[in-house]
Amino acid sequence: MIEFKNVSKIYRTKSGTVPAVQNVSLKINTDEVFGIIGFSGAGKSTLVRMMNGIEIPTSGELSIDGKQNANLSKKQLREQRRKIGMIFQHFNLLWSRTVLGNIMFPLELTGMNKSERIKKAKHLAELVGLGDRINAYPSQLSGGQKQRVGIARALANDPAILISDEATSALDPQTTDEVLDLLAEIKSRLQLTIVIITHEMHVIRRLADRVAVMEEGRVIEEGTVAKVFTHPEQDLTRKFVNSETDTGPDEDVKPVISELLQKYPEGQLLQLKFHGDQVKMPIVSEMLHQFPDLQLSILQGSVRQLQDGSGSIGSLFVQLVGNEEDIKGALEFLSTMRVETEVYKHE
Amino acid sequence: MNNQGLSTYFKFSNVNWSNMWGATWETLWMTVVSVALVAIFGVLLGLLLYETTGSSNFIIRGLNVLVALFVNVFRSIPFIILIVLLLPVTQTLVGTQIGPKAALPSLIFSAAPFYARLVELAFHEVDGGVVEAAESMGANKWQLIYKVLIPESMPALTSGITVTAISLIGYTAMAGAIGAGGLGQLAYTDGFQAYNNAITFTATIIIVIIVFAFQFLGDFAVRHLDKR
Repeated sequence: MIEFKNVSKIYRTKSGTVPAVQNVSLKINTDEVFGIIGFSGAGKSTLVRMMNGIEIPTSGELSIDGKQNANLSKKQLREQRRKIGMIFQHFNLLWSRTVLGNIMFPLELTGMNKSERIKKAKHLAELVGLGDRINAYPSQLSGGQKQRVGIARALANDPAILISDEATSALDPQTTDEVLDLLAEIKSRLQLTIVIITHEMHVIRRLADRVAVMEEGRVIEEGTVAKVFTHPEQDLTRKFVNSETDTGPDEDVKPVISELLQKYPEGQLLQLKFHGDQVKMPIVSEMLHQFPDLQLSILQGSVRQLQDGSGSIGSLFVQLVGNEEDIKGALEFLSTMRVETEVYKHE
Repeated sequence: MNNQGLSTYFKFSNVNWSNMWGATWETLWMTVVSVALVAIFGVLLGLLLYETTGSSNFIIRGLNVLVALFVNVFRSIPFIILIVLLLPVTQTLVGTQIGPKAALPSLIFSAAPFYARLVELAFHEVDGGVVEAAESMGANKWQLIYKVLIPESMPALTSGITVTAISLIGYTAMAGAIGAGGLGQLAYTDGFQAYNNAITFTATIIIVIIVFAFQFLGDFAVRHLDKR
């Protein structure tokens, strides 16, 4: 278990002190996949650097399986680090070594003998689907393949914890999915705790059990992915969740929207967002019962399922035409039902 | 200076070939041995510079200043002066002041600091992310040096030693003028002082060939080492 207790990290620079992480308390359970999401500068990387002991907390306690990095000798810290595998945004492979050489690198550090090393590295190369490229150099590989090497290397010492630091941020969407598939496979095949640092919500949705949202060095929201997705409490969380679900109308719908806006200038164009159980409730029909004079046309709708099937997110584009008071009443009704609404104006 | 027509360059009958090959061998010996020793000392010094740069420890910072001062001083002394300056040191270290062996201390003292700067530069060019990755995998200082820093900067280290080797060839010729032997001495004594232009010319051609050979070897090695 990884436990942060009131951890802060403050950097001193010439222009003053910079609080990178402030009073973070988190528990990451053994064998779970824990996501940490936030924009750059939110303090995610500092959190990682404290986990592998490159940085020591300014105050508070960080313990990994009961041990605090701050109390370890240099040698103990090196041994501790070998139990933590890391994958990086820019892969950080040694260009001077082949795929096999890169995977063997952490094994060399522990002094494993050569024949065992080669055997294990070959096995790992197979695991990540690079069994036929073991003699290639990183420069001959695609981004996705490089990250596979990174993953194999991170797993070489049979780590108890795997930390993925923005591992898919430098990859295109398709390659990202490939890498996420591989991580999902590793999650199901191996017993290890995975910590995923990212700014992309779909990475969290695909893999994580629980998630913490970070902003300006603080954890502003934390919970199971299902809960955070379906009932986001903070604005930032909502932003992340919305970036993952449909944020705007389709290209196909856009011409219809502008036509409707011209035809019914008094009408309101709305995007409604339903989280969790709201998806299954007859909210829209209830609204029409209360305001029978309103006319409603549905332009586009979609429902997204979360990774573990524990919740869904719905999005609906509608146009309301009617008198001003009814529209105002309808919007109030939606807000009491806790449906997120966004009004679309002509561009 | 009599009888100095251009045609004298090509009077190869005046060349004592066995002396010429002997001098070539001496030049090669001085170059190869000094390059090898400069490579070793240069990497050590460069490493010292690299490791002590930007430390918060007062003593280590002091060491950095000291090493940097040593490097800068020896880099700025003109070679011909350095040889003369180091004559007593040479006498103590190798027991003689003439011959190829006696040239080694001054060759090394002048080229090692130069190469050390190139080594330091090469180490700083190594991707910081890779160094941090190795640290986060539990690499200790030595593993970091010989498994990451040196292999990852090998092309730069190699092109650096090539440049250094070529200037060392030039230095051996200069050292020849004060008795180190080799093609420089031959060109000076048998060529210049004996009005024998063919010897000077032949020695020049051989030195140019040696320089080209080193350059070619260096470039070849860099091309094969660089897998980026």
